[in-house]
Amino acid sequence: MKTYTGTLNVNGESRMVTVRSADTLLYTLRRMLGLTGSKPGCLNGDCGACTVNVDGWPMKSCLMLAVEAVGKKVTTIEGLADTPIQKAFVEHFAFQCGYCTPGFIMNCHSLIEQHPDADDHTIKEWLESNICRCTSYFEIEQAVKSVLKKT
Amino acid sequence: MLSFDFDYFRPETLNEAIDLFQFLDQQGKQPMFFSGGTELITLGRINLAYTEAVIDIKDIAECKIMQVSGDQVLLGSTLSLTKIEEANLFPLLTKTASEVADHTARGKITLGGNICARIFYREAVLPFLLADSQVLLIGPNGKKIVPINEIFQGQLGLEKGEFLVQVATENRFIRAPFFSVKRRQQWDTGYPLITIVALKVNQQIRVGISGLCPFPFRSKEVEGALNNIGQSAEARVAGAIAVLPQPILDDVEGSAEYRLFVLRNLFFDLLAALDRVQV
Repeated sequence: MKTYTGTLNVNGESRMVTVRSADTLLYTLRRMLGLTGSKPGCLNGDCGACTVNVDGWPMKSCLMLAVEAVGKKVTTIEGLADTPIQKAFVEHFAFQCGYCTPGFIMNCHSLIEQHPDADDHTIKEWLESNICRCTSYFEIEQAVKSVLKKT
Repeated sequence: MLSFDFDYFRPETLNEAIDLFQFLDQQGKQPMFFSGGTELITLGRINLAYTEAVIDIKDIAECKIMQVSGDQVLLGSTLSLTKIEEANLFPLLTKTASEVADHTARGKITLGGNICARIFYREAVLPFLLADSQVLLIGPNGKKIVPINEIFQGQLGLEKGEFLVQVATENRFIRAPFFSVKRRQQWDTGYPLITIVALKVNQQIRVGISGLCPFPFRSKEVEGALNNIGQSAEARVAGAIAVLPQPILDDVEGSAEYRLFVLRNLFFDLLAALDRVQV
């Protein structure tokens, strides 16, 4: 097995990991670091359930090798405790089954950071990256807009 | 999840990357240059891609360049499509690239990765074909600058051990009026059906198409028919349809007949948008 040992910065903590070079960031977060908030869905970069934030931008963690994340700041849903967007999802009931929710929240969080004045076009462009089987799209839109208005 | 193992290298210079490739190739490792890596990860997952050595070129300075230099815009091959979109140095490219995959995925997909991809869409190449851009390649025999219209014939004609470093585009093409539309079979998020891009330069319309044939293309014959302004729009479109490259794709996303129907309407939209523009 070809392995790689390095330090990942996840949610503000440095974590030493030894991974297969072929391991995705998603697999490493869940299996090596116990951060199971990022959800495996399609594993093909289509559904967005595994979205995390890398250096301030949304990233589908199934499309990134763990070795590529060395030297970058990774934030997962576990690192967003008590953030306004998490509360907004609860207050607007922006989910049903909740499986896609961490990915949506991570994408919304990145959008709020990068474009706090995002218009409808930008919101749609960004959030098209995630799929909700329960079709909570209207409530998700209300949730992200409620936070964008406050920033 | 990839079922095979590989060594991972992250060279910091162009020469280091080239030397690594030759060394690993001699070892029988089937080395692969890697930037966004989305194709290796997604195709490797279903055993359609394989390597024993990944050479990640995304940290090489020349590959990350994004600047206006004299009368040219230089774009590095490892820039993500999102970075290109946010900077908006080449509006036709911005519009065309912004329709690739989805926003989050475009943060990983790179310019060079899209142009050199195995997936047949490769839409990001179209603006450069229309703008007569120049590509900088590097390989075992050193660097070379080549017109993209010479080296891109359905796919970028890279020799073994070569990779794309930069694309240079003159400002006069950057500023030209353009048209860029992607049609999908379903909604805004379905898989692409046809992408058509056009640029108007010296009163002539240039056209590039992706998703019609198993390769993206710019066709002088199609442009000749569409620029035959002495004829009606119907005759110009019919003339363009008659000289399309073959074969026309016929798959689950759309039959050949349906693709031609969509293309015909896109040609009319294109003429309506650019015919009256004076340049």
